[in-house]
Amino acid sequence: MTAVLHVLPYLVAAWVFLAGAYGLATSRNLIHAVGCLSVCQAATYVLLLAVGYRDGATAPVFSDMAPGTRPVVDPVVQALALTDVVVGATVTALLLALVVQVAKRHGTVDPDELTELRG
Amino acid sequence: MNPRTRLWLVATGGAGLAALLVAACLRLPDFGGDRHPYGDRAVRASLERHVANTVASVNFDQRAFDTLGELTILFAAVLGCMVLLRQTRDEHRAPPEPADVALPVRRYALLVLPVALLTGLYVVAHGQLSPGGGFQGGVVAATALHLLYLGADYRALERVRPIGPYEAGDALATSAYLVTGVAGLIGGSAFLANTLLPYGMFNTLASGGTVPLLNAAVGMEVACAVVVLLAGFLDQAVEIVEEGEDGERDDDGHDHEEPGK
Repeated sequence: MTAVLHVLPYLVAAWVFLAGAYGLATSRNLIHAVGCLSVCQAATYVLLLAVGYRDGATAPVFSDMAPGTRPVVDPVVQALALTDVVVGATVTALLLALVVQVAKRHGTVDPDELTELRG
Repeated sequence: MNPRTRLWLVATGGAGLAALLVAACLRLPDFGGDRHPYGDRAVRASLERHVANTVASVNFDQRAFDTLGELTILFAAVLGCMVLLRQTRDEHRAPPEPADVALPVRRYALLVLPVALLTGLYVVAHGQLSPGGGFQGGVVAATALHLLYLGADYRALERVRPIGPYEAGDALATSAYLVTGVAGLIGGSAFLANTLLPYGMFNTLASGGTVPLLNAAVGMEVACAVVVLLAGFLDQAVEIVEEGEDGERDDDGHDHEEPGK
């Protein structure tokens, strides 16, 4: 049982990533596809935070706790997750802006109907 | 490619990827383990420089150069969105209609707006002390402004956030981050090195050397960027209409010329 618990968070991350990838591949709507990409990205948050976790540890903030009194989780991966969130949000915004333009120029947001390039 | 073939292709590729991911997961260090060499060193470096929030220390001191890259991505994305969401030649702006808002919604939004704005600024200001920082606080502050759109209407929102100053603020904040970095270079050490200012007293607002400065620059940039991004999308939804779509928006029937262009 403990052996499963030791890898379960990583497996959850892999599952979330694959669910997002499946959604991306079968998507019939570009807005839905952008959402699926966000799901894929959410898998990286789970993975990063799982890598940094330490049993019985608290947040790496020492404003209300003397240093060394309690174990803290890995702050490096937390900072990476923060970077990840910001980049994910900007990419989502940029992609949604593209979808707005696609919908205006082509009158559809179904990727299967966007077969030809038009100016 | 027909949907059936595609589904088979996805299933095959997905199964292969799943197998590889599971194999990789089994070889990772155990979840919750006690060995975090980088984390321990980051905590030590953060305490040496009197920064109580280690995540802020990692972002604005130890990995400050990476955060510059992140800011650049944000800046470029805002620039890209502005280009993509601009008003094109076959579109024009219709002034937004005043909208009726239910009284409880209006009261609640106007009550919460100053509180939310203050919370955002607080989270930015205490970035190096408590959980939060420029990224989080900037988003809270920018979102707070948009409560005006919920509580009043789009014209009220446009009055409190003219886009020009926010675009300038976005660029200025990015430049401020760069200038702080160059100051470290001129001050005799390296680009973005936190050696210029005294580290101050642990757990006070002025502690941490350049960390509060970079944190504030990031807070300003993120707040401005979110305002500008949301303005781009809201303009598309509320104001910009294609030629010949007047009838849907205006009951009085007269044409609205594009103002000042």
